[in-house]
Amino acid sequence: MTQSARRLLAALLAALTLAAGAAFAQTELRMTWYDDGSESEVMSELVERFEAENPDIDVVIDVVPYSSGILESLPLQLASGQGPDIARVTDLGGLQEYFLDLRPYLDDPAYWDANFGPFHDWMRADGSDAIPGFMTQLTVTGPYVNATLFEQAGVEMPGEGATWEDWAEATNEVAEATGVFAMAMDRTGHRLAGPAISMGAQYFDENGDPIVTDDGFRRMAELMVDWHADGTMIPDVWIGSQGSYVAGNEQFVNGQVALYMSGSWQIGQFTELIGDAFDWKAVPNPCGPDGTCTGMPGGAALVGIADTDHPEEVARLMDFLAQEEQLGEFYGRTLFIPGHLGLAESGVDFDADLPATQEALSQFAAEVPKLADAAYALQGYQYNRVVFDATRDRLTQVFVGELTLDEAIDRMQRDIEEQIAEAQ
Amino acid sequence: MRSLGAILKLRRGRKGPDGRRKMHLTDWLAYGYLAIGIVVMFGPVLWLVASSFKTPAGLLEFPPTALPYAQTTVPVEGYDEPLPLFDVTFEDGTERRMAQVRRIGIEAQMVDPDAPGEPITVNIDQREQVRELRLAWENYVDPLQRFNFLTYLRNSVVVTVVATIVTLIANSMAAFGLSKYKFRGRNAVFLLIIGTLMIPLSVILVPVYLVITEVGWVNNLWGVIIPGAATPTGVFLLRQYMLTIPDQLLDAGRIDGASEWRLYWQIVLPLSAPAMAVLAIFSVMWRWNDFLWPLIVLTRSELFTLQVGLNAFQGELNVQWHYVLAMTVLTLLPITMVFAFLQRFITTGIASSGVKQ
Amino acid sequence: MNRSAAPAPRPRRYTPGRAAFGVFAVVMTVIGWVIEPIQRLIGVRRMPWVFLLPNLAIFGVFILFPMVMNFYYAFTGGTALYPLERPFVGTQNFEQIYACGNYLNPATCNEDLFWRAVWNSFTFVAFHVAGLVFFALITALVLNARIVARGFFRSVYFYPVLLSPVVVGLIWKWILQRDGVLNGILVSLGFDRTLFLLNADWSMFWIIVVTIWANMGFHTLILLAGLQSIPKELYDAGSIDGTGPLQSFWHITLPLLMPNVVVVLVLAMIRAVQMFDLVYVLTGGGPGSATLLMVQYIYEVGFASQIQRFGLAASASVTLGVVLLIITLIQLRLTRGSESHLA
Repeated sequence: MTQSARRLLAALLAALTLAAGAAFAQTELRMTWYDDGSESEVMSELVERFEAENPDIDVVIDVVPYSSGILESLPLQLASGQGPDIARVTDLGGLQEYFLDLRPYLDDPAYWDANFGPFHDWMRADGSDAIPGFMTQLTVTGPYVNATLFEQAGVEMPGEGATWEDWAEATNEVAEATGVFAMAMDRTGHRLAGPAISMGAQYFDENGDPIVTDDGFRRMAELMVDWHADGTMIPDVWIGSQGSYVAGNEQFVNGQVALYMSGSWQIGQFTELIGDAFDWKAVPNPCGPDGTCTGMPGGAALVGIADTDHPEEVARLMDFLAQEEQLGEFYGRTLFIPGHLGLAESGVDFDADLPATQEALSQFAAEVPKLADAAYALQGYQYNRVVFDATRDRLTQVFVGELTLDEAIDRMQRDIEEQIAEAQ
Repeated sequence: MRSLGAILKLRRGRKGPDGRRKMHLTDWLAYGYLAIGIVVMFGPVLWLVASSFKTPAGLLEFPPTALPYAQTTVPVEGYDEPLPLFDVTFEDGTERRMAQVRRIGIEAQMVDPDAPGEPITVNIDQREQVRELRLAWENYVDPLQRFNFLTYLRNSVVVTVVATIVTLIANSMAAFGLSKYKFRGRNAVFLLIIGTLMIPLSVILVPVYLVITEVGWVNNLWGVIIPGAATPTGVFLLRQYMLTIPDQLLDAGRIDGASEWRLYWQIVLPLSAPAMAVLAIFSVMWRWNDFLWPLIVLTRSELFTLQVGLNAFQGELNVQWHYVLAMTVLTLLPITMVFAFLQRFITTGIASSGVKQ
Repeated sequence: MNRSAAPAPRPRRYTPGRAAFGVFAVVMTVIGWVIEPIQRLIGVRRMPWVFLLPNLAIFGVFILFPMVMNFYYAFTGGTALYPLERPFVGTQNFEQIYACGNYLNPATCNEDLFWRAVWNSFTFVAFHVAGLVFFALITALVLNARIVARGFFRSVYFYPVLLSPVVVGLIWKWILQRDGVLNGILVSLGFDRTLFLLNADWSMFWIIVVTIWANMGFHTLILLAGLQSIPKELYDAGSIDGTGPLQSFWHITLPLLMPNVVVVLVLAMIRAVQMFDLVYVLTGGGPGSATLLMVQYIYEVGFASQIQRFGLAASASVTLGVVLLIITLIQLRLTRGSESHLA
């Protein structure tokens, strides 16, 4: 009611008119983004360069929190036609109906097919040749170990080809000698899937419908239950929550666990937070009984949104960002594994001095060719989040004694079927 | 209604026969309870503030320290970066302060910071960090440089102020209508409002969002301001208060020829000031702290409110806690300052209107 | 509380500054230029509807209509957003929720998480409300005693009310986790570390404690207002009769405070049933589903999952709505006595 309130009202009106007026002068593109580190800074530098070359386009990056912004609100905004022009998303399967096909607007679609081809299948319907976007990062899951703890305990680290059981035994020895926990794994069905596939889980039946009832999945589930029962796994990560992702990175940084099952995206953070406080290294994914030793691929993609009023400008920006020069710089500065085949082959000049960082990056790169087909199939499945969430939440209920493993697997299967039935 | 000041005087007037207060056992108990109360009620918030000045590594420490410490580093000749300082205890029991060049496995190479010569190798168990008190201001400075804090602040203030004004006007008009007139349908309207008093917005999020898209208020501050303005709580609160204002006052006004509108704003509104104050503070609190709804309605960063904009540090795979904590403190500051200035007004306002609910 | 017929003089400090009041008066007069002709047109009898109009319009469009839509959702399936695109499925969603071998044992229910949430909510509401009223009453009694700096202490207890639920959850998560400050204190005192958020009972205990912590200040003030309006003469009469402080509490204070206690009870109960953000941040509903409450269940089914089942979520929220309606009716019944003498 005071003068300042009126000034604020005036400011509000001014802001609204300005927002409307800006659209006439330039084409404005909105990019919805989320940050795991400070990649939005790198991206905005690249975008500034694009704007300098294309003065008729103004790009605004809107950074939102991941789970409530990207995972929960964005689908609602897309479904009601209120989405941005470009977005960084991880639900590549579930949201693919909203993605823009850039192919008709690209000068050189062959470049895209050659460098991003395999990943495009993750973001488009089966049989489509659409080019929805490119991977801002490719991730591979795999374990990190605290080598200093192994050294202090005088325990030999299992080598290439060791099984999960071998690792559990070795890390338990370390844990006993040093008073830490043996293992931690991020609380998500995605991290679980790599080991489960190594154990023989297929995740799909012969009709291509998702299942978690095979023996392979059960073997991994049993291991997880045992590991939580006997204190091999640090309980804080999986048991501490019901419906959400929890990372175990704090426990690893703290030196509380000998082995941490996570993925390539942690490298940047570990470089910063651990540095050389102890020796940390990425090790090959442990194996299952039949010698499958796989992690899970994954990652986030930058995609155009079909509802945009400016598909040509969107394609211009995307094409600029997707060129080796820009993307190489982006991957190099963010320490992300390149989701660009050319760059993956020629190598990215990573912005890292620490030897541990370089070693971890090449270790994860070495994991890529070892990924199992089933892992790619699951990652490319449209409703994989349904599978991941059901396995995560039901398994936790076993750990705390709310369900038996039989009941849990039964319910996982039912959760998956019910939800997918709803979507069809 | 008895005025609060009179009650306070009455209470304070209760003194011993010699005119001085005596401390009884109950008084000691009361002060003990209040002392614990300060610790329990303020402690967690102070802990948040202290934690927000810690480095990411400091946040993960156990046992946690009350004050933010960070490892001391010194520039050493011959090394580009400053080196971390450690107190090293040698086998013979002597202790020296040395800078660490690097650590390999369970051994560390140390040099004397004043006379850097050949590094000596020490077991890592023999060294202890030298730490100093350091406020990690970068937790505040970095995010503020990256984000347009002032824009977020302006949006938050606009939303809070405008929404509170709209809420006060709409709710008080409705409460006036419901409490000062007898008309057919009155009870039905009142029951309808009461009946929806309890439904939390998080339950009807999707339908409300659809309405907003139809109205065209996506990416418009009005989409954040208006939907929550017709609070059933506010109508209920104000109606209960206005019921205590004697109708004779209005009748007298009507005889003097005042319009109904004038009765509303010249008689009833001023008399309802305490209840209005309560609703105002509630509205400010709700709007200032609102997170999920603005996040859904606003996708453009120039329209973000503080709660939306400053939560950008929660990534998919990594939450940057040091920034989250610092930004949380930042959003607490304005509302704490408002409260500090108006606390007397607010708490007595609730006290004198709460009784009427 | 309306003992005197004439209105009490309002303390001056309630009025905003003179300049602001001037603005207010001008604005109100201008609005009057619109509304006063309407009154001449439609007559005084219809004026209450004019006063109700702004609120009812907003209420109708943004609360009532979405609720009706939500009710319709409960009888539809699929994942389409717009009601008309959704296939009608009758009571299928309700059947899914209510299909159960034994409601007391959620493991036998089709939607076991819903029933776990229901029973968790019952436990939570019962202990939260009881604890809240207990501590709010004690605090109000202490603040009503002869203490210095009463205003300051009133603020101390009120301050957490200002914090957003998300912030409260965040603060306490940091305090309670394995490496949190509470464990730091316990260890330094020679106790073992306790994993407060990893044990079902501890988690339930802490969400009750923290929600009481966050909401107590407001309810304390309501009770304090009631205490301060109890005439002191009653106690004087009591002390002549030789009753002790405890008896006077039971026989004088509590009965006279009852209307306020009822208000606190009902408000606390409604808030408890609605509880969501704070618990979501603090425990995420875990461990397992030990602290999963009803609103979180609805939120997860209808909003946070990849495949958003609006129909199922809506039928669960209709159930929640019925529960809340019953609470409301009880409230109206309980407060009728005090209301009639107010009116």
